[in-house]
Amino acid sequence: MSEREILLGTAERIFAGIATSERLAEAERGIWHAEGWRVIEEAGLPLALVPEEQGGFGFSPVNALAVLRVAGAFALPFPLAETMIANRLLALAGLPLPDGILSIGTSSGRDALSIARNGGGWRVSGRLVRVPWGRSAGNVVTVAGDAILCSPVTASGVSEGVSLAGEPRDDVVVEGWLPADRVADAPVQGGAVRLAGAAVRTIAIAGAVQRMLELTIAYAGDRVQFGRTIGKFQAIQHYLASFAGQAAAATAAADLAAAALAGNLPALPIAIAKTRAGEAAGAAAALAHQIHGAIGLTYEHMLQHLSRRVWSWRDEFGSEAEWAALIGRQVCSAGADGLWPLAVGA
Amino acid sequence: MHQFEFPMPPVEPAEAALRREVRAFLAEKLAGRTPRERAQSWNGHDAAFSREVGQRGWIGMSWPKRYGGHERSALERYVVIEEMLAAGAPVAAHWTADRQSGPLLFKFGTEEQRQTFLPRIARGECFFCIGMSEPDSGSDLAAARTRAVPVDGGFRVTGTKLWTTYGHRAHYMILFCRTSEGKRHEGTSQLLVDLASPGIKISPVIEMSGAHHFNEVSFEDVFVPADRLIGREGEGWAQVMSELAFERSGPERFLSTLPLLVALVREVGAEWSPEAERAIGRLFAHLVVLRHLSHSVAGMLEAKQDPALQAALVKDLGAVFEQEIPEVARLLVAAEPSISARSEYAAALAVSMLAAPSFSLRGGTREILRGIIARGLGLR
Repeated sequence: MSEREILLGTAERIFAGIATSERLAEAERGIWHAEGWRVIEEAGLPLALVPEEQGGFGFSPVNALAVLRVAGAFALPFPLAETMIANRLLALAGLPLPDGILSIGTSSGRDALSIARNGGGWRVSGRLVRVPWGRSAGNVVTVAGDAILCSPVTASGVSEGVSLAGEPRDDVVVEGWLPADRVADAPVQGGAVRLAGAAVRTIAIAGAVQRMLELTIAYAGDRVQFGRTIGKFQAIQHYLASFAGQAAAATAAADLAAAALAGNLPALPIAIAKTRAGEAAGAAAALAHQIHGAIGLTYEHMLQHLSRRVWSWRDEFGSEAEWAALIGRQVCSAGADGLWPLAVGA
Repeated sequence: MHQFEFPMPPVEPAEAALRREVRAFLAEKLAGRTPRERAQSWNGHDAAFSREVGQRGWIGMSWPKRYGGHERSALERYVVIEEMLAAGAPVAAHWTADRQSGPLLFKFGTEEQRQTFLPRIARGECFFCIGMSEPDSGSDLAAARTRAVPVDGGFRVTGTKLWTTYGHRAHYMILFCRTSEGKRHEGTSQLLVDLASPGIKISPVIEMSGAHHFNEVSFEDVFVPADRLIGREGEGWAQVMSELAFERSGPERFLSTLPLLVALVREVGAEWSPEAERAIGRLFAHLVVLRHLSHSVAGMLEAKQDPALQAALVKDLGAVFEQEIPEVARLLVAAEPSISARSEYAAALAVSMLAAPSFSLRGGTREILRGIIARGLGLR
């Protein structure tokens, strides 16, 4: 078996046991399953994106990122994507990797993180908004200017919030002094955390869209109305064909995002991937619900765990509107004659 | 189970050099080509240009050298054709033969047919058209009624083909017809027909834009020699299906209005609105993702896989994209579309707008493609 098959097989086996509908419902009620996280850690997944020299396993990053597509497909209620990329960003910056759950955060505007040298270390101050699983994370990785830093999360600094899918999205106040080995030059300029976050959300969307397609095909082959399964109706078949096109586009977007994340986080391909996957997410969720009918709207149904996630993921780390604007600026700056070469290079 | 993977094909070592070569050629040859001409995309027809493309070795690129080909990979061919389309080059004359008639002859043709036609196609001297649709047989290709009756030394053909793009400027047609009685798919064959044969009448069908691309081609007791049967008699259906895989898989299925997008970026200039920025950014995201999907299909063809289903998916998505470009463009720049406008942008918009409805009809309608995809999903 190839490395990719081993990783995907491991992920599927583990996630099937810890992302059941009961566990998803409990997670949404705020119950943290320490046992589930322990299984993920035992499999080494949080370090799957870390180079071997820095304590990882030497997996190809693209293969390791395929695990996150599976996580998306299972609506995995744990901060695996966040911990994986936090570890990767720290490793690339040459910083030590703290044990346990990590998250990633961004700040902006008035609350933007400020950082200044102080003694042998750094004084940092600011507020990170909508940090995934901020309440569960021991540390949060973020950027301030050209620096990347890893700050402990204190319970008193966390204001809890949730996403549309009930996943924790907490504001985290970062205030205090960090030793020198917690801060380094960011591995890439221009918002490494936001770029990495957008890339992993794109990959998760691809997994969830694919799973919604599979659930919907199965439902259409099962549900009987007017004396036949609804999948025999041409209208439904055409919906599903269009759905498959969106799934294909999301898959291609995830490939672009994974290649960018495996490299040095180029902004243009990540912006393209997030924009396209976000659009696919909306179209796919709408089709999935249309074909499922009322049953898909019920809390017991798996579909809504996925649809609510893709609806929140498409807005996290930049919506289509924000990323499309970045792309548009690059295209318009490249000008008419630069458009095609830019597309070939992206 | 229904996961369609679109793996990145391997990088061609020669790709970058080839791309530079094609761009330099196009920059020189198309220097005077206006945006409104470029907007014609692969409907632009220029026999002299096609001959030059042939001289450069860019027609029949992947065919064996003994048939006038150049033994380059399908991915190298992809580079050439996507650069041509992106530039709005007038490729129509050689397009059909390079894309599908030549590969069909290579796959099913006799040795004599290959030797006679492939080198001439590759030189850009011999143009083909497609003889599939008929007045009463559009998407339902198996309903074709054109008949070829076996006679001494060949066939006598009677019937009418319709929507024959550039039939009036092609030398040959690959004709799909009925050679014997049979249920739907049975009893059909493909014949290579010299359009100069007596009994053929080619009449123009003018499009709403005023352009003449389509024709009606009628056959009245036209003699076709037996050695112009392609493949096996009665195997027409299977052969034509394999031809459609070539017809559906290429970058022409999402790049037809790229010249308009280029003209739009030129028109918004250096001071673009936030609205234009977002709309252009979004279209560009679609473009890059479609290119990734389409390029992946080319890689599957090169690896001798059968990506008919993936090709249908890409063509379906691609047509939506091509049709969306004029709809987005018209709201970003205040310009009334007109073929005769002084503004190149307004004229390019008009050309694209009037061509757009055809994108989800030609080469398999949206409904046919979605049916194929649904079958691939296990629903039929």
